[in-house]
Amino acid sequence: MKNSANYYLGKNRIKWLYIAGFFFLGTAFLLGIMLGSTPLSLEEIADAFRKGAHASAGARIFTYVRLPRTLASLVCGAALSVSGAVIQGVLANRLASPSMIGVNAGAGLAVTLCTAFGIFGGWQLSLFSFIGAFAAVMLVSFGAKRWGASRGTVILIGVALNSLLGAVSDTITTFIPEVAVMSSDFKVGAFSAVTYQKLIPAMVVVAAVIVILHTLHNELDVLTLGEENAKGLGLNTALMRTLFLLLAALLAGCAVSLAGLLSFVGLLVPHAIRRVAGGKAWNLLGLCALYGAAFVCVCDTVARTAFAPYEIPVGIIMAYLGAPFFVFILIKGKGGHSRD
Amino acid sequence: MIELRNVTAGYGKHTVLSNLSVAFEKGKLTSIVGVNGCGKSTLLKAVLGMIPLGGGEIFIDGRALGNMTRNEIARKAAYLSQGKNTPDMTVEQLVLHGRFPHLNYPRRYTAQDRDIAVLAMEQAGIADAARKPLHTLSGGMRQNAYIAMALAQNTDYILLDEPTTYLDIGHQLELMHILRGLAGDGKGIIAVMHDLPMAFTFSDSIVLLNNGQVIGNDAPNQLCKQQTISHVFGVAIERSADGQTYRYQYKA
Repeated sequence: MKNSANYYLGKNRIKWLYIAGFFFLGTAFLLGIMLGSTPLSLEEIADAFRKGAHASAGARIFTYVRLPRTLASLVCGAALSVSGAVIQGVLANRLASPSMIGVNAGAGLAVTLCTAFGIFGGWQLSLFSFIGAFAAVMLVSFGAKRWGASRGTVILIGVALNSLLGAVSDTITTFIPEVAVMSSDFKVGAFSAVTYQKLIPAMVVVAAVIVILHTLHNELDVLTLGEENAKGLGLNTALMRTLFLLLAALLAGCAVSLAGLLSFVGLLVPHAIRRVAGGKAWNLLGLCALYGAAFVCVCDTVARTAFAPYEIPVGIIMAYLGAPFFVFILIKGKGGHSRD
Repeated sequence: MIELRNVTAGYGKHTVLSNLSVAFEKGKLTSIVGVNGCGKSTLLKAVLGMIPLGGGEIFIDGRALGNMTRNEIARKAAYLSQGKNTPDMTVEQLVLHGRFPHLNYPRRYTAQDRDIAVLAMEQAGIADAARKPLHTLSGGMRQNAYIAMALAQNTDYILLDEPTTYLDIGHQLELMHILRGLAGDGKGIIAVMHDLPMAFTFSDSIVLLNNGQVIGNDAPNQLCKQQTISHVFGVAIERSADGQTYRYQYKA
C-alpha cells in the first residue's frame, strides 16, 4: 500500500517538473551545439552571429552543421513524444507509439517515394511524409475499432504494418539504387542529413501543432473517459478522434522527414512523464515536448561524441535504451488504463 | 419531460426497440427493468442521441432530439454508462469534466466551474477523496466520483445504466439514497436496474421492457400486483410492510 501523499500530484510538483525541464532543455541545447567531432567554444558561436558568412571555420560549422542538427533533434524529440502521448490517449493503449503502430513506417515509405521522385526537402517532403503517417494511423485506428482489437492486437497489427511498409520501401530502394544512399541512416534514424530546407517547415508545423493540441487538452482528457462517457459529455468522439490522430500524424510525419525512423522516443518519454506527472493532458503535452526534445538532443550529442571521430546514428542509442524499456512496460505496467 | 413517440432503434439492421412510446418526468426516479437484451441500455442511448432512430421521435422538454447538437443534449441529460474506464486522473479532475458541455472551444474551466465541481463532490459524498487518483479508489467510491461528474454537468435529467452493479450492498443503498435525493431536488432520474427489489423499493415509477416494447409502466405498488413481472422474469415480487417502511422482495 503506497502512502497517499505519494499520489498528491499538486501544482508544485508540476511546476518543478517544468522548471527542471526547461533547465534540462537549455543544458542539452548548449551541450548539443558545443560538443561534436569539432568542439566549439561559445566565442566561436558568438562569432557566427556577429560575422555571418565571413566567420571562422568553427563558426561556419556552427551555422551550417551544428545548429540545424541540434534544432532538428529538439524538434523531433518534442514531435515524437507529444505524438506518442496523443496516440496513447486516443487509442487508450500505452503500448502504442508512432514507431510501434507503423505511423513512422508510413511516413518513411512516403519519404522514400519522395526521394525516388527527386524531392529532397521543403514543404512537399513534409506534406507527403504527413500523408503517409496519417494513412497508417487511420488504418490502425480503423482496424482497432472495426475488429474490436485488444491492445495487444493493435500492437501486432502495427508490427505487420511496419514489416509490410518496410518491404515496400526496400523494393523501391532495390529498383532505384540512388535512393539507397541515405537508406541505412534513415532506417535507424539519424540527424546527419538535416538541412535548413527540411528543418524550417518541420519546425513551423511541429510548433503550431503543439500549440493547437494545448488548446484541445480538455477534449483529450474527456476522450480518455471512454467512448460513451465522452459522448455523454457532448464530445463528438469520431470527429475528435480523427482530429487528434491527424495532429499526431503531422508531428510524426515531420519528425520522420527530418530524422528517419527514430523509434522508441514516442513510447519512452510519454510513459515516463505519465509516471511522474500523472495523466492530465495539459501537463502531459507540455512536459513531453520539453523532456522529449531534451532527451533526443542529449542522445544525439552522445551519438556524435561517444566514439568520436566516428559517429553512430542516434537511432541505435535509442534502441539500446528503448527496447529494454518496452519489455519493462510489457511485464510491469501491463500497458494501459482501461481494463479488457 | 423526456418523451419517446413510436421509437424504433437498433444497431445496424438489428432492431432492438420497436415502436416504443414512453415518457419520463422530472422530479421522479424511474427504473427501467427487463431481462437481458430487452433494450434497456438501447433506450438510454436512443434518448441521448447516441444511436440513430429508425423511426419515431424523441422530445426533451418539448424540443425534438433531432434538432439538438451533442452539446445541447449533454446540457439537458447526463449519462453514466455501464462500462467505465478508470482514467488516469484525480477525482476532482474527473468531476470538473462534468462542466465540459457548458463551455466552447477553447475550453477553459473557470472558478465558477470549480465551485460547481466542489459542490457536486460534496453532494456525492466524495469530497474527501478529491485529490486522489481514481485507480486508488474502491469501486463504490469511483461510482460516486462518476455521480459527482454527472451532478457537475448540472442537467435536468440523469440517465444511469446499471449504476448499482458490482457495488457491495452498502454502496448500493447509499447510491439509491443519493438518487432519491436528486429526484427530490426536481431532477428526472432514469436508471436501468437489474435488482428488482432495489428498483421497486426506491423508484417512483417502474418501466418494464420486453422485446423492445413497454409492457408495464406504473408505480411499484401497482405494478407488483400485475402478472407482467412474473410473466417476464418467471418470479413475482411482493410488498411487505415492516412498521413504517415498505420493502419489496421476491415472492416464494
